[in-house]
Amino acid sequence: MLFYLLKRVGLAVVIVVVAVVLLYSMIHVVPGDPASVILGPRATPEMKQELHKLMGLDRPFVVQVVSFLGKVARGDLGMDFFSQRPVAEIVFKQLDETLVLVLASITWAMLLGIPLGCYSAVFRNTFSDKLVGVFSIGVIAVPSFVVALYSLLFFAVTLQWLPAIGAGESGQLLDQARHLILPAFAIGLGWVGYIARLVRASMLEVLNENHIRRARAFGLPETTIVFHYALKLAILPTVTLLGTGIGRLISSAVFAEIVFARPGIGKLIFDSVVSRNYPLVMGAVVVSTVLFVLSTTISDSINAMLDPRVRERL
Amino acid sequence: MNQIREIFFRLRNEPMGIFGLVLVLLVVACAVFAPFLVTHDPNALDIAHRLAGPSFDHWMGTDQLGRDVFSRVVMGSRIAVWVALVTVSLSLGIGLVLGMMAGYGPKWMDSGLLLLFDTLRSFPTIMFALALVTVFGPSLQTVIIVIVATTFPVYGRMVRTQTQALAGNEFIVAEEAMGAGMMRVLGVHILPNIVGPLFIVASMDIPVVITIEAGLSFLGVGVRPPTPSWGAILNDGYAYIRNTPWIIIFGGIPLIVTTLGFTFLGESMRDMFDPKLRKDL
Amino acid sequence: MTQPVLDISNLCVNYQTPKGTVQALRHIHLQVPPAKVVGLVGESGCGKSTLISAVIRLMAENAHVAAGKIRFMGLDMQGFSASELRGIRGRDISMVFQDPMTALNPVLTIGRQMVDIQYRDGLSRKKKRERAARMLERVGISDGLSRLDNYPHQFSGGMRQRITIAMALLVQPKLLIADEPTTALDATLEVQIIRLLKDLQTDFQCAILFISHHLNVIAELCDYVGVMYAGELVEKGTVRDIFHRPGHPYTRSLLECDPSVIEEPTRFLPTIPGDIPSLIDLPKGCIFQDRCAHVMTVCRKTPPPAVHLGDHHTAACHFLEE
Repeated sequence: MLFYLLKRVGLAVVIVVVAVVLLYSMIHVVPGDPASVILGPRATPEMKQELHKLMGLDRPFVVQVVSFLGKVARGDLGMDFFSQRPVAEIVFKQLDETLVLVLASITWAMLLGIPLGCYSAVFRNTFSDKLVGVFSIGVIAVPSFVVALYSLLFFAVTLQWLPAIGAGESGQLLDQARHLILPAFAIGLGWVGYIARLVRASMLEVLNENHIRRARAFGLPETTIVFHYALKLAILPTVTLLGTGIGRLISSAVFAEIVFARPGIGKLIFDSVVSRNYPLVMGAVVVSTVLFVLSTTISDSINAMLDPRVRERL
Repeated sequence: MNQIREIFFRLRNEPMGIFGLVLVLLVVACAVFAPFLVTHDPNALDIAHRLAGPSFDHWMGTDQLGRDVFSRVVMGSRIAVWVALVTVSLSLGIGLVLGMMAGYGPKWMDSGLLLLFDTLRSFPTIMFALALVTVFGPSLQTVIIVIVATTFPVYGRMVRTQTQALAGNEFIVAEEAMGAGMMRVLGVHILPNIVGPLFIVASMDIPVVITIEAGLSFLGVGVRPPTPSWGAILNDGYAYIRNTPWIIIFGGIPLIVTTLGFTFLGESMRDMFDPKLRKDL
Repeated sequence: MTQPVLDISNLCVNYQTPKGTVQALRHIHLQVPPAKVVGLVGESGCGKSTLISAVIRLMAENAHVAAGKIRFMGLDMQGFSASELRGIRGRDISMVFQDPMTALNPVLTIGRQMVDIQYRDGLSRKKKRERAARMLERVGISDGLSRLDNYPHQFSGGMRQRITIAMALLVQPKLLIADEPTTALDATLEVQIIRLLKDLQTDFQCAILFISHHLNVIAELCDYVGVMYAGELVEKGTVRDIFHRPGHPYTRSLLECDPSVIEEPTRFLPTIPGDIPSLIDLPKGCIFQDRCAHVMTVCRKTPPPAVHLGDHHTAACHFLEE
């Protein structure tokens, strides 16, 4: 297990390094000079020179990349020149909000999706199974930002059941939870479908395996078979999906955060892009990429922990 | 040709597939015949009648500049279909070439390309798009670059796996023993064996691609105004959601119809041909 | 004879397939007496597995019992409800399956799995674990208590089959059904497992229904043998009857084709010519007609009667006399 972890984490680190280098190179082949954007149209060449030096843009490109990597490794993402605060501080402050949203979405999606999938598998080929199937494909297909817009329109604007914008008063949990419902509904809905389909498929596969037949031959109760013997195996592909899914959920969170005007890393990136605040864009994208790689690594490791066979494979 | 006949023949027993096909044909027809379907110039301003509700003249009302929403929705289908076609074929092409190189080429090339695939797949799509927008500025080309950059690694990985599986087959080893060149092996033996499943996966990516385009345009970093994209229409409507909800309602419907149509069709085609196709992705 | 543990009479099982109704089992009569080992032998696809699925009533969804009775300890199993059936499985009847590599749940420790099957007994977890550990040691896995915490993949194929046997006997069944338990193992392991089964059978005094297509395994282990061909039980008798005085032509060719009984050196292994008939479109008359060396007109017209050749010995052929 330790060996597996080491190898998996090693791979993750390599991917993050390559990703950061790629991002850095991209941002710094910008046609426009970041300094002139930050300083505005009335900047003198001397001021630009000064800022270049401050940002390290006067050094050779390779040196810049390496020094940036080193700083990232130490958790230093540079300074935001507009607010004069460290980028890392700003990003991590927003990260919490996004993580709460992502976790809330995936949690409700799992709570609904897993039972739906099990139900579909146990009652396969019945009418209700087919209904669940069409529902699942349907919610996967519909873009989450359209769901967000429609639910904003319907539940917040028309019916006024739930608040439309913001994340709620800080410290007031109930208010914050109320603000969380619609965004989490919007970006989690598709995942109900994903999870239900995946659980159904892998459940069907597992229920046909020999050891399940054998468990039945021992007369074990059907609930024990489905929930203890089969589900633990059937859940494995879902765990992997959740890992890669975090990335996609962070992406969808951009929409939810903008539609519902919630603070969060997506909104931060969006606002920084609009104001061409390169250090902030860079920092926030790096953080979300690291987060994504981290979640895939964790899900792979959980997978290895649940399924002792995976451990020996890598 | 026979294969296409067979697809239609087998589709008859799949109500979901037929439903999907009907929706897809509707959207494609809309895109092809858009200039004949519009009732107004989609970009013609009419400030006097701005934010008007649905009426006989403006079936879906007008937006904040008095433009006819129906005409913009119809023209928007062209952008959606065009972006889908261009990006999916570009991704397929790049994925095929790089995937076959990784699967058939030397070990170092395989490792390098695999790392590239995994890295590109590890960016959250929309964040990556936003980062690219800061570099290239918002435009249709940026949207296409973003989508291609994030989707081709999926094809690349799939092609690589299949190429490796095929390259170990006896008939290919025999062919190599008889002195067949790389191009012959790849072109004659491997390519025809992998395009089929690849096309089904690609067709299932169409709704995803359309969603990304609309999403970026909704954020205002996609196609430039005044080009009518469904995402841009939703963006226009968002600002006026409280008093004129129909822009959002009518702007969202074509997106839902399109994504549902392509997904239902793709799902039933995949079920028909290879139920296990996408398992390893 | 005392009341048999398992009494199958006139059993017929059909599969509904898109191509038509497959008559997988036809008019099977078979008894398993208490504390005896009954072997079933036949080629793959002859209906052996369908027979045991029918006995424990875990059949494929498209299969159904068309006729006949299965009595377990004198009780008609057809009348059992699903929960009554579950009560019998894993307590009175237990099973050992063919492939030990897939027979154990890969994500649960074998201890968990061995404790779970004792769910009916009101013992403490500790007691159940101890019982499981003793059983493991009984089947030849030393240090049982600590091996309970291992996962199946940490055992070899032979060890896993020992574990499944341990599990099957742990519940002290009246009938053990073993579905080709040695087919997936290599020859030396096969011998070990057979010896183990024989040993345990003497100890536990349970009846065993043993399915195999290896004649030498059957000869080693069983008291009675049934020979199946294309869904019919063509001959049955004691091991002596079958191996020394085979009646049915199919049994005779089976014995001739067994590599272990071939005495002269030969370049070719003998085989039975011909194919198994289609079970959808059954031929009139004897089921073995197309492959039988002695086929006559009568064989193509009327199905052969069951001829009693001895106390327990019957065979279905036109050319046998009582």
